[in-house]
Amino acid sequence: MTAPHDDHDHGHDHGDEDWPYPHPKQPDLEDGPVSEHMIMTEAVAELLIDKDIFSAGELREMLESIDSKSPAEGARMVARAWTDPDFKARMLDDVNAAAEEIGIDAGTIPIRVMENTALVHNVIVCTLCSCYPRLLIGLPPDWYKSRNYRTRMVREPRAVLAEFGTEISDDVEVRVHDSTADLRYMVLPMRPDGADGLDEDSLAALVTRDSMIGVSVLKPDNQK
Amino acid sequence: MTDSDNKASPLPSAPLSSPGPRHHDMGGQGMKDAGPVDQVEHDYAPWEKRVDAIMRLVSDRKRKLMTVDELRRGIEDLGPGAYEDYSYYERWISSITNVLIEKGVLKIDELGRRMEDVRARWEQAK
Repeated sequence: MTAPHDDHDHGHDHGDEDWPYPHPKQPDLEDGPVSEHMIMTEAVAELLIDKDIFSAGELREMLESIDSKSPAEGARMVARAWTDPDFKARMLDDVNAAAEEIGIDAGTIPIRVMENTALVHNVIVCTLCSCYPRLLIGLPPDWYKSRNYRTRMVREPRAVLAEFGTEISDDVEVRVHDSTADLRYMVLPMRPDGADGLDEDSLAALVTRDSMIGVSVLKPDNQK
Repeated sequence: MTDSDNKASPLPSAPLSSPGPRHHDMGGQGMKDAGPVDQVEHDYAPWEKRVDAIMRLVSDRKRKLMTVDELRRGIEDLGPGAYEDYSYYERWISSITNVLIEKGVLKIDELGRRMEDVRARWEQAK
């Protein structure tokens, strides 16, 4: 496998054709009213560039890197774990190191993967703020950061999961993992039935972001 | 003994915060007011991604000017009012700016001047 984005030829304009969620577009800066916080952001960026803390080019590269992170990276790890038990063992031991093996930079903050089984369903939350394995599955969705999700997931996870259309049978234990600034989690979803004979890329295409958060499970006929 | 007799006490007249978790610590708090999760998502605006990029740069291995914990502490220090009123990345840029001022990386007056410059430039471009 080559480095994660060597094979990207799209323009990083959020061209994620495989992004399975509706995305209401926000207006560009010029289109809407300018807020104090937007002005502050621009002023801080300019001052840090003037002070040689970072260059304009480094800021641009970082923006491109943020845009290039998508659930596809996490999905690639999940598909590899499904097809390679040794890789799965290493991933369960150390996600960041396992990511590096296949050319994915998962950053320096430890990420732990929680494996779903026929007996245990895992789901992640950050009750304090919004910690999330963003280097593997992109920026968190708004609802992950919302008060209701953060408040209720640790208290009534089955009810919250049901709102996402995910009914967990009573004989399956639900484990909720609360992330922090020092430790993040991702979920290793169960491989859907009927996905036998698919190669790793086709398997990766079945893996959704929400299944790696744990608010959904992969269905046999999952067409994203 | 009345309350006014306590004036000389070295202790604060009121606790700094009420007992129990602080406002950002939401797990299981205020369950009776909590409703369904609004499964809304938006595509992040360019300025929001810029905030994220600034944070990643100032906290990266090369610069280490601030940490994620400091970002969160800065957000929590905004207090319950701003915490509820500001959007997610509004909280972030407020915290980043405050922490960088605390650390002497940015100065308040230069920031104020630069914000005026940016405002003027954008007004002109309209």
